[in-house]
Amino acid sequence: MSNTKVTLAGVELKNPVMTASGTFGSGAEYGEFYDLGELGAVVTKGVANVPWPGNPTPRIAETRGGMLNAIGLQNPGIDVFLKRDLPFLKQYDTKVIVNVCGKTTEDYCQVVERLSGEAVDLLEINVSCPNVKEGGIAFGQDPRALEAITREVKRYARQPVIMKLSPNVTDITEMARAAEAGGADVLSLINTITGMKIDIHRRTFAIANRTGGMSGPAVKPVAVRMVWETAQAVKLPIIGMGGICTGEDAVEFLLAGATAVSVGTANFANPYAARDVAEGIRKYMEQYQVENVQELIGGVRKAIEFER
Amino acid sequence: MRKGIRERSRVKSREFARVAEQKEIAPGIYRLWLETEKIAGEAKPGQFLSLYSKDDSRMLPRPISICETDREKGRLAVVYRVAGQGTREFSRLQAGDTLEILGPLGNGFPIKKKKAFLIGGGIGIPPMVELAKELHGKAEVQIIAGYRDALFLTEELEKRGTLYIATEDGSAGTKGTVMDAIREHSLTAELIYACGPRPMLKAVQTYAKEHGVECYLSMEERMACGIGACLACVCQSTEVDGHTHVKNKRVCKDGPVFLSTEVEL
Repeated sequence: MSNTKVTLAGVELKNPVMTASGTFGSGAEYGEFYDLGELGAVVTKGVANVPWPGNPTPRIAETRGGMLNAIGLQNPGIDVFLKRDLPFLKQYDTKVIVNVCGKTTEDYCQVVERLSGEAVDLLEINVSCPNVKEGGIAFGQDPRALEAITREVKRYARQPVIMKLSPNVTDITEMARAAEAGGADVLSLINTITGMKIDIHRRTFAIANRTGGMSGPAVKPVAVRMVWETAQAVKLPIIGMGGICTGEDAVEFLLAGATAVSVGTANFANPYAARDVAEGIRKYMEQYQVENVQELIGGVRKAIEFER
Repeated sequence: MRKGIRERSRVKSREFARVAEQKEIAPGIYRLWLETEKIAGEAKPGQFLSLYSKDDSRMLPRPISICETDREKGRLAVVYRVAGQGTREFSRLQAGDTLEILGPLGNGFPIKKKKAFLIGGGIGIPPMVELAKELHGKAEVQIIAGYRDALFLTEELEKRGTLYIATEDGSAGTKGTVMDAIREHSLTAELIYACGPRPMLKAVQTYAKEHGVECYLSMEERMACGIGACLACVCQSTEVDGHTHVKNKRVCKDGPVFLSTEVEL
């Protein structure tokens, strides 16, 4: 039996597969399809200090090999999350990662503080949502702002902190280093790439927000490249995501340097997708006689060195 | 490994259904009969299915309402309009092919024994077939179907109630909208069920309010997951919703059928 355990900032996951924030709610809907305990972790949809109504509809549009979304971080707020969603997730033998969103640094810190005494394993700070006017990406495109908010969040956090990075930057490594300097424990990337679709029949924007975040297999090469670049630039463990649909896709991210992976848009194409990805990694390991998943992490780098 | 969790009732199933029959019943409108293991037996009027493309470049399922079920044969029919590449792909399916589906999804229409209007507009007409079947013999069923031009499903509807037709071009029935047909025939009801384009739903909602009639509207919105997780397909609600805690309801999960007084159009 191969070993699929990985560790993120001292938290051991039974396998490297988790869900990408915003695609999985707080797990309840997918829990009707399979045992969430088959996943390394569940990452919740972004939670703010108060309920957020989100953006007008239409909020999504399909694109070739992916989709655009501009949900706008609709969420019921931390009170409901703690009362309803967290107890639901705690029924399962999986790690719980809460994605935190806010408009101001204070908003983020307030939620982080509320979570400090709760049975939550890691926090993921969403400083990369492209679909909200305040907060979100505003912190994720300026290295100084990113370092500052990371440092501030760390003051309140009792759990290890994952900073989720935006791909909508010139140099992802600059952002990765800023988060590392601010005290981040883990990095996750990529959030969605800002895109646009125009409905030529109606001659309008396909989604009400005009722009949306692009995700799905079409963005995967960009994501793999950014994970690899980031892995070269910082010492922090990385959660890689962007278009993962299969175990093979996940292995690509592991080889690029990710310690864990998230499955997002694929959940919409197949409600069993995250579980199937975990199973696919095990199959790959059997096929290539990989005894420990650790051997795969950053594996591509070692191969290049070997060739030299 | 689950830590002693209650087994949830799994009424939703993912299946690889076998195509029994497909026919173009009006220009660009197709009826697809599918043989299912469980879904046909579970489905209620007004529920829908997610249909998945075989082409990996089309990630998102297409939500399509169930037109009719045949529990004995374990079959169900969906009627859809070809609107893009996904539905074009489905329209090419032939008997014996398989199609990945998820369902039944959504809440469906509540069945009540009252003198009713079943109002369908365009591609909102199909779910009225199963609803009429369910209500037939239990309540007075008055079906008002609004078409752009070409008629479809009229035989199926006539069998289960009194059918009143409205066409935009006046080629059949009342020239105009479903509301024009109701006025022309001086129809009355104690209960309204409606599915169709937004302007029609809005007119029905207004009519229901003016006449003080209980009214259920089946809403439509672009969806991604189809099961209530992604929050793409919300509609505005008049009150703060119990799940979302904002004035939003999920069309796929809390709907698609809503009381006309609980949604803003």
